[in-house]
Amino acid sequence: MKSNQDTPLLLRKHRTEEWIGRGYTTICVLFLIVIIISIVYFVATKGISTFAINNVSLSDFLFGSTWSPDDNKFGALPFIYGSFLTSLLAAVIASPLSVCAALFMTEIVPSWGKKLLQPVIELLAGIPSVVYGFIGLSILVPFMRDTFPGQGIGVAAGAIVLSIMILPTITSIATDALGALPRNLKEASYGLGATRWQTIYGVIIPTVLPSILTGVVLGMARAFGEALAVQMVIGNAPHIPTSLFESASTLTSVITLNMSNTVMGSVQNNALWSMAMILMLMTFVFVFVVRLLERRHKL
Amino acid sequence: MTDTLRTENLKVYYGEHEAVKGIDMTFAEQSVTALIGPSGCGKSTFLRSLNRMNDEIPGSRQTGNIWIGDKDINSSETDVTVLRQKIGMVWQRPNPFYKSIYENIAFGPKYHGIKNRKQLDQIVEDSLRKAALWDEVKDRLHTSALSLSGGQQQRLCIARALSVNPDILLLDEPASALDPISTSKIEELIGELKKSLTIVIVTHNMQQAARVSDFTAYFYLGSLMEYNETSIIFTNPSKPNTQEYISGRFG
Ligand SMILES: Nc1ncnc2c1ncn2[C@@H]1O[C@H](COP(=O)(O)OP(=O)(O)OP(=O)(O)O)[C@@H](O)[C@H]1O
Ligand SMILES: [Mg+2]
Repeated sequence: MKSNQDTPLLLRKHRTEEWIGRGYTTICVLFLIVIIISIVYFVATKGISTFAINNVSLSDFLFGSTWSPDDNKFGALPFIYGSFLTSLLAAVIASPLSVCAALFMTEIVPSWGKKLLQPVIELLAGIPSVVYGFIGLSILVPFMRDTFPGQGIGVAAGAIVLSIMILPTITSIATDALGALPRNLKEASYGLGATRWQTIYGVIIPTVLPSILTGVVLGMARAFGEALAVQMVIGNAPHIPTSLFESASTLTSVITLNMSNTVMGSVQNNALWSMAMILMLMTFVFVFVVRLLERRHKL
Repeated sequence: MTDTLRTENLKVYYGEHEAVKGIDMTFAEQSVTALIGPSGCGKSTFLRSLNRMNDEIPGSRQTGNIWIGDKDINSSETDVTVLRQKIGMVWQRPNPFYKSIYENIAFGPKYHGIKNRKQLDQIVEDSLRKAALWDEVKDRLHTSALSLSGGQQQRLCIARALSVNPDILLLDEPASALDPISTSKIEELIGELKKSLTIVIVTHNMQQAARVSDFTAYFYLGSLMEYNETSIIFTNPSKPNTQEYISGRFG
């Protein structure tokens, strides 16, 4: 037992600790906020100067299909289109695979499925994107060249590489959601005489659908922002592709390819910042959609 | 009657642990049998084995037989989906699907092959009426089942179990999570349902067992200690242990 005389002292000590802890975390948070605001501000001012200072028209930028900086033509539509196309395709390829992998781990063979697949998925998530690009270029592209029309490089190759990269994102979110599903919902379904498959597509999938969609959106966000691996296999032609096996570009690949060839402050450089701004805005949209899905899930 | 439910030397194990230790029991048709006994004595385990819900629990194992008439429910000829349609179950916690009220009820019939919308509508209405829920929800059949109160959700689960037209209904403490009013509604409902169904109910509430059941089985440590008409169990039990439990001296 502590004597009563110690109590005020102890209290003061606790108060000081509390105060220091509070102060320290507040400073960290303020620091983070300042960094985030500076980045957003920097990208936005740079991105806007293309239109405000260099007088490129916004509609030409968003809807023009000719990208030719030397002729002062800054139509970024091919890249915007390329980014959306590849990440959508990647999500379309990866989602069913991921959901099946997650179901396998949680529902089909919960005893060993997770032990086997979980490390594989984590490994996939940890492989650097340049390795994916390298593998894509060395194995996927020659295969595509031999199997399909075209040069092998192109939208399809980009989408396939991306789909493998976002597989872990969607799979792990789907696995968590399935694992968190209340057991008694499955029991209710089995208790009515539903088979395992009827239970999976009648109860389990519909119940976790919002979470799966969250995974898909986050996967798409990752695909949308990925630069290196895509750039290595997509071909980087600055035009709107008419077939999946045709070379194309994405916003990210154009930025990485051109950023070292332009002078800071030039219109060419500012146009790249405008694309960066679009990427940033899209990230906001993805985050917003995820929030929306989460909110709906709570109801 | 040929479809009597009967167990014969039924033992259920979880790994090495013997939770149900050789039970012989015959359930009277169109009546209510209450299973009582202290916590952990194997009531739920026994109940779940009756419609093979224990199949879904990894590590659980069973010996002995369960008969419906002259059919062994664990034989390879028994289709477990048909069995569970015939023997419905309601759990302690209401577990409606995250779907509309209508979809909750239509779920079972749909998977048992009924596609016709009119027929489904009829089943939904009949089941909800049988569960005394129709009047409360008829104007909002397509809203989420989760928007119902706990007591309503439990009656919805009973309606859902009734939707596939079972002969036998297993209730595992169906009212223990509910308020007194919802509880008495459920008890009333059980009295109504036994006119056409065989009901087995697990309960910790002695008054409830006395009120709703025709027969009572007292379980202790995985064994069936005493099984008789409810009036006899509650007024003149043959074992001192039973007497002690029902008078609330332990358990
Ligand atoms: N899934 C399981 N895995 C392993 N052991 C279990 C499992 N379910 C129950 N048991 C064990 O089996 C025994 C009987 O449990 P059961 O749930 O059937 O009891 P109960 O009579 O229903 O109890 P309560 O009145 O508390 O619901 C207990 O010792 C319990 O620990
Ligand atoms: Mg129990």
